[in-house]
Amino acid sequence: MYEFDWSSIPGALPFLWAGMKTTLEITALAVAVGIVWGTLLAIMRMSGIRLLSWFAAGYVNLFRSIPLVMVLLWFFLIVPALMESVFSIPRTSDTRLASAMVAFALFEAAYYAEIIRAGIQSVHKGQMGAALALGMSYGQAMRLVVLPQAFRNMVPLLLTQGIILFQDTSLVYVSSLADFFGAAYKVGDRDGRLVELLLFAGAVYFLICFSASLLVKRFQKKVIA
Amino acid sequence: MSYHWNWSVFLAQVPSGGTTYLGWMLSGLATTLALSLSAWLIALAVGSLMGVLRTVPGRWLSGIAALYVELFRNIPLLVQLFIWYFVLPEILPTGIGNAYKAINPMLQQFTAAMICLGLFTGARVCEQVRSGIDSLPRGQKYAGLALGFSLPQTYRHVLLPMAFRIIVPPLTSEFLNIFKNSAVASTIGLLELAAEGRQLVDYTAQPYESFIAVTLTFMMLNALVMVLMHRVEGRTRVPGYIGGGS
Amino acid sequence: MKSRRLFAAALVCSFVSCPILAQELGGTLKKIKDSNTIALGHRESSIPFSYYDDKQQVVGYSQELMLKVVDAVKADLKLLNLQIKLTPVTSQNRIPLVQNGTVDIECGSTTNNAERQKQVAFSDTIFVIGTRLLVKKSSGIGDFADLAGKNVVTTAGTTSERLIRKLNEDRKMGMNIISAKDHGEAFLTLETGRAAAFMMDDALLAGEMAKARHPADWVIVGTPQSREAYGCMMRKDDPAFKKLVDGALARVMASGEAERIYKKWFMSPIPPKGLNLNFPMSEDVAQIFKHPNDRAFE
Repeated sequence: MYEFDWSSIPGALPFLWAGMKTTLEITALAVAVGIVWGTLLAIMRMSGIRLLSWFAAGYVNLFRSIPLVMVLLWFFLIVPALMESVFSIPRTSDTRLASAMVAFALFEAAYYAEIIRAGIQSVHKGQMGAALALGMSYGQAMRLVVLPQAFRNMVPLLLTQGIILFQDTSLVYVSSLADFFGAAYKVGDRDGRLVELLLFAGAVYFLICFSASLLVKRFQKKVIA
Repeated sequence: MSYHWNWSVFLAQVPSGGTTYLGWMLSGLATTLALSLSAWLIALAVGSLMGVLRTVPGRWLSGIAALYVELFRNIPLLVQLFIWYFVLPEILPTGIGNAYKAINPMLQQFTAAMICLGLFTGARVCEQVRSGIDSLPRGQKYAGLALGFSLPQTYRHVLLPMAFRIIVPPLTSEFLNIFKNSAVASTIGLLELAAEGRQLVDYTAQPYESFIAVTLTFMMLNALVMVLMHRVEGRTRVPGYIGGGS
Repeated sequence: MKSRRLFAAALVCSFVSCPILAQELGGTLKKIKDSNTIALGHRESSIPFSYYDDKQQVVGYSQELMLKVVDAVKADLKLLNLQIKLTPVTSQNRIPLVQNGTVDIECGSTTNNAERQKQVAFSDTIFVIGTRLLVKKSSGIGDFADLAGKNVVTTAGTTSERLIRKLNEDRKMGMNIISAKDHGEAFLTLETGRAAAFMMDDALLAGEMAKARHPADWVIVGTPQSREAYGCMMRKDDPAFKKLVDGALARVMASGEAERIYKKWFMSPIPPKGLNLNFPMSEDVAQIFKHPNDRAFE
């Protein structure tokens, strides 16, 4: 039987909390940017304008075809150089958080775009037809008729994707950024107590994500009722 | 300072001999494929079963399925993998734990990753199946029952064929995810594609060639699966929904 | 489909141009002077070379030597308020980060070898290790020959990994070799009984042993399979900076300061748990302190 030793955790709590804040920051920004950019991509993809729909499809497929770990790695190595040449931000500033945020936002947008596209497709064709027949323009019909219904259908999925994203932030370990998981791993590695720290991290993730998914469910019931 | 490009590195012999770096990458690709496909079978089987259970009237059955989903969906894959590989053998009865640790380490890593990835993805498939079934008008179920079908028959002949057709796009997404998520298995030492890429960096100090090769291979793999699933999607599309018909 | 391919090509090109972008930088010293900042790369858990203590400060033998180099840079450029920026690096990203300018110098536990010299420059050697085995005292394993048919763990991407694989092939020993992601995982593999031995740099093995639940149960054994020189990593073709770094290290080694730093990290209790590695100075290390040089052993 394994000898558990939890003594590393109390002293590490401030560091773990700082990591949790980083995780929340990345998640919040990526969800916000991801939904906005994802909606635009979904509309572009279904717009019927060839160039736009090709661009959107290319974007979505590109980001969906590469593992997140690789995307993070690339952005971590490239964003600093880009920031320097485009915005002339000195390379000496810490760009790890910025590059992780950019990577997550752009990456998640591809996933949001697919959810939103499926949401729009779940609205019966007749709705669009009816709106157009009432004399609305395409944009009006999309904004006033299709999107509100689509979002209502997909709010639970969008929120669930947010929860997935919250968990995926654990992959920023490739850039040594101390998010919550990274912090737990580092403490465990330093003290030779990896098993304990990872179980602890798992329990914390579970509590947070489970509570969040209960809230999503409650919200879902409200919307449907 | 400049980067010293050297694409011929892939054709060089590896230090322990017997193969080239390209050989390593190919064997990594084979492991990625084997892991992803076997995990996908587990995910589909477990996910479909649990997805159906979540929608049946019995409280117990849907409770078990709900517990499964919540547990596997709310812990990061990375943590789950670690628990399967490192923690579980320690908390199992000593005899079973030691028996597992005695088998070939490669096999240990592979089975841990396969079960972990399969059950993790299964929880997501389960939710898709459930939402597919839930999205059908209630009348379909009642119609099935009114026609004299039993509940299992209604699922088998009425609800599931329709539900699976509706959820083909999100399932495609999960299928693609499983290939990418398999890269996480490198963290327990399984030599799949990303791990072989990392190994190449360590041995040759040529990071960009390796990153590019791994990224492109994943993209090609993805394109292949997409072409395949596009066909499936086209065949299974339900007429009458936006984007469907035609 | 065509546009998708084009887009992919464009993206890859933007990746490829990245390392070339960094070429336009002047010398490292000019960069440090212009920005009034020196960017240091460090490891997170290479005990006792470069790691976080319990207050999340970077400490260790290599870190202390690197700070001596910073002092020399300060004096040379007459920058009294030189800012220090610390970036944690991993064995996977340390070379790209030095090349693209995120990090000016990295002192940790990086081996100076011929392949890496194609990409980066190395300072004079700061430490010499031998690759050996960490085993349970009660296991009865005394040397590499006793490993036949057993599971052996090592850390992915290290020289030890290559050596043990080669040994396995050459002598047909039938070992199962497990490559763990980092030292912490490798030690966990050993501690949970999955492997009979952990092959690694002896100084790092001493560091891992100090973290164990029962440090007294473990012992380092075996004839060293190789010797390796650790050096600080810098950008290539920057003789002015390298000269300054080597000069600073040579002064520290000549004055006896290096020996004091050695005793502090290898022969005394160290954070976070106050354990003593009891790792006496090897003849190799004594030699490089006497005659500093930047030769790789391979």
